[in-house]
Amino acid sequence: MQLLIFNAFCVGAVVSALLMVTTKRPVRAAMSLVATMSFLAGLYVLLDAHLIAVLQLIVYAGAIMVLFLFVIMLLNVEEKEGKLAGKTMLLQAFATVVVGLVMVTMVGLFKANGSLGAAGDASDAFGTTKAVGQMLFTEYLLPFEIASLLLLAAIVGAVILAKRRIDDSGTE
Amino acid sequence: MVSLNSYLMLGAVLFSIGAVGVFTQRNALIIYMCIELMLNAANLTIIAFARFLNSMDGHVFVFMIMTVAAAEAAVGLAIIISLFRNKATVNVDEINLSKG
Repeated sequence: MQLLIFNAFCVGAVVSALLMVTTKRPVRAAMSLVATMSFLAGLYVLLDAHLIAVLQLIVYAGAIMVLFLFVIMLLNVEEKEGKLAGKTMLLQAFATVVVGLVMVTMVGLFKANGSLGAAGDASDAFGTTKAVGQMLFTEYLLPFEIASLLLLAAIVGAVILAKRRIDDSGTE
Repeated sequence: MVSLNSYLMLGAVLFSIGAVGVFTQRNALIIYMCIELMLNAANLTIIAFARFLNSMDGHVFVFMIMTVAAAEAAVGLAIIISLFRNKATVNVDEINLSKG
């Protein structure tokens, strides 16, 4: 049963990821990425990471992708379907081949080395909000606080970067 | 029971798809999405290891990666907006401001 669910989510994630990298339209790519992230959230549930699965849906598929869609809407980019220059095309083909080779090597390594052995049944507390939160506020308190500083810096940076300059706004 | 290798392989495949996207796409927005996909593939690997090692430290790591991804998306998209305002394009081939 678990294998069946895993295979379904696996195929879904890979197919929607492939759809994302092959399309030229930003909105279609964003929707495919939402699908990929939802499938990954399902896999997280399968791995007993319940808090992370919910966070994946709320933060990634919700907040970050809405931000992407807002920017796509703001920019109103028209698609340019024109063919790319020959040199760039060659470079892309080369890059694709290299990445493919790296992937084949990685898969080969996984096949060659033994697995970590089946995981036993996780305890009831594994991956729950309570357990992860307890770690976050005791063992990992300093990184947690630094993350909040990072978010503050990102907010300020985004506002500074995206706002118009003061002397520009007068002309509008 | 699904083996660890299956999860690792899925992570590798998703990461490779993301990397190919970064190399082949010319739209800066879609390149950003591909980077997000690569981050997600890494997250999947970490969560899989956390489960099979029966330790929850990986979950905290993934939490931090999500924070960094959110910050990166906010700042990156702000950069794209200001770039679009100056050059009226998001095609990375036409953005060559630091070319000599």
